[in-house]
Amino acid sequence: MDDFLVIDHVSKIFGAQRAVDDVSLTVAQGEAFSLLGPSGCGKTTLLRMIAGFERPDSGRILVGGQDITALPPELRPVNTVFQNYALFPHLSVWDNIAFGLRMSRRPREEIRSGVDRMLELVRLSEHARKRPAQLSGGQRQRVAIARALVNRPQVLLLDEPLAALDLKLRQHMLMELNAIHEKVGTTFIYVTHDQGEAMSLSDRIAVMNAGKVEQVDSPEHLYETPNTSFVASFIGDANFFTGVALEVLHEGYVRVLVEGLGSPLVLSNGAVTVNEVLRLMVRPEKIILTLARPLSGESVNAFRGVVEDMAYFGSHTRYRIRAGEHRILAQMQRSRFSGGEINPARGAEVWMSFHPDEGRVVRLEGEV
Amino acid sequence: MKRSRLPAFITLGVILFLFAPLVVLVVNSFNASRFGGEWEGFTWNWYVKLWAAGEVWESLWITLKIALSASLAAMVFGTLAAYALHRFRSWLQNVHHMLITLPLVMPDILMGMSLLALFVLTGVETGLLTIWIAHVSFCLSFVTMVVLGRLQDFDFTLLDAARDLGASQATAVKMVLLPLLLPGVLAGGLLAFTLSIDDYVITFFVSGPGTTTLPLRVASMMKTSRSLPMINALSTLLIASTFLFAALSSRLQRHV
Repeated sequence: MDDFLVIDHVSKIFGAQRAVDDVSLTVAQGEAFSLLGPSGCGKTTLLRMIAGFERPDSGRILVGGQDITALPPELRPVNTVFQNYALFPHLSVWDNIAFGLRMSRRPREEIRSGVDRMLELVRLSEHARKRPAQLSGGQRQRVAIARALVNRPQVLLLDEPLAALDLKLRQHMLMELNAIHEKVGTTFIYVTHDQGEAMSLSDRIAVMNAGKVEQVDSPEHLYETPNTSFVASFIGDANFFTGVALEVLHEGYVRVLVEGLGSPLVLSNGAVTVNEVLRLMVRPEKIILTLARPLSGESVNAFRGVVEDMAYFGSHTRYRIRAGEHRILAQMQRSRFSGGEINPARGAEVWMSFHPDEGRVVRLEGEV
Repeated sequence: MKRSRLPAFITLGVILFLFAPLVVLVVNSFNASRFGGEWEGFTWNWYVKLWAAGEVWESLWITLKIALSASLAAMVFGTLAAYALHRFRSWLQNVHHMLITLPLVMPDILMGMSLLALFVLTGVETGLLTIWIAHVSFCLSFVTMVVLGRLQDFDFTLLDAARDLGASQATAVKMVLLPLLLPGVLAGGLLAFTLSIDDYVITFFVSGPGTTTLPLRVASMMKTSRSLPMINALSTLLIASTFLFAALSSRLQRHV
């Protein structure tokens, strides 16, 4: 079952705006999948179309082989955890969770055991008789998850599940969500604008921008090998350079002439022709700072600069280094035992270098 | 710092201003004097007379019938109107909104006269039905306004959540929207009930023979000095039942 949830050329137009523009995705059964993007990128609209609150203007949505495009929300094997939880304020925690089972007219005994099992799963058994208003934010969140999961949905949709929580609780719920996903094994679809959340919650992430999917990949791949400059800048920090391809080497490496930096050698993810104008990306923590020119010679991309500014973050230090017209962001771990690395001061002249595998040619799509 | 006594005095003055007339009324209902100018001794006489005045009780019964049925109808139509006003947007809604607010600002005398003109024109005989129609039409506005306020606080994603959990549109409204609107609907209904009970001006125009409501009856009793103390007794009973009613409803609210 590799394509359990299938989104097949789905589009949605609001007025003059293509909120979701010909999106195709497949999600495997049991996968934790994220739709990640800035606000207005269409991720919430896509989620609402899977839930059934919006009807696509074109395309199909399938779950487990069944076409659900035309079904109303109440008939879909899909449940949602809403961003503000949308718990029923006039019902107790127990009755909130029982709502779905009552709607499908299950026998009394089954409702009781189902609700009790869910309360146990989210560790709220002693709060069963309380009203939602008497719970903390994290507890409400868990009620919302239990209320959705009790119906044994084939797909669970979670709309910005952590956005309403404070930072500390967010860390905790992150672990909890992962634990719940592991326990129930249901397909989870997260919608979030927070790249950290998406990275730590999901097996795979679809990065969306302006109604389109830019890249679908595992968190590691998105971070290490982004295809577009949008993905590179949305997930983590990145240094970008524009240059001209000088020569294309056989293993997928290309040497690019960047004004002010010399000609670094970097990895490319697609066909590149000589003299083509390219966009390069290097992550700040991949840049190594040294006082002297690094020794490895030809294969290392090395260039000089002056430290303009620095900020100490405890676990690491960030430097802004000026090299010609470029402002380069570099980040260094603080470790007394890392040989060769230095702690340059403001105004110091340093060498920057990065391994060719850490540099990447990306397609130019609006950076953030 | 010594606290000023002025606020306490002002409060006392306001309370005196508001309740002194009521106290005079209650005391006079037990006064043997017919005109209430001076105390001539305690008596139950006016209550006994009131008990025997069948036409007063008949009027009370008519008033209660109208108030109950009119406020019930206003609760139903007012809630529907509020929902429509809140949910749908079109230029017609501006007209709709104006129609709903009009009875709130229009002078009663104008409303009574125009309703009477309409009834005369259409040949509808004035009586219970016309009073009921008039009361529903002004009560509806109050219920709509109260429910509209409640709707503005309602989170409509709750209806999405209900449907997501397997409820049809109608079931979602029944299970989630209505229970959450109910306090607003009841509050609006209560307001409508009290407005209907003591309406004089509009009812005066649209009532017919045999449909004298309590306010109309009291007004006509005022004309004869013989029944003046009876009005005092009636008013005392009304005050007592109002307090009882208020105490009961605040008790109920605490349980919700």
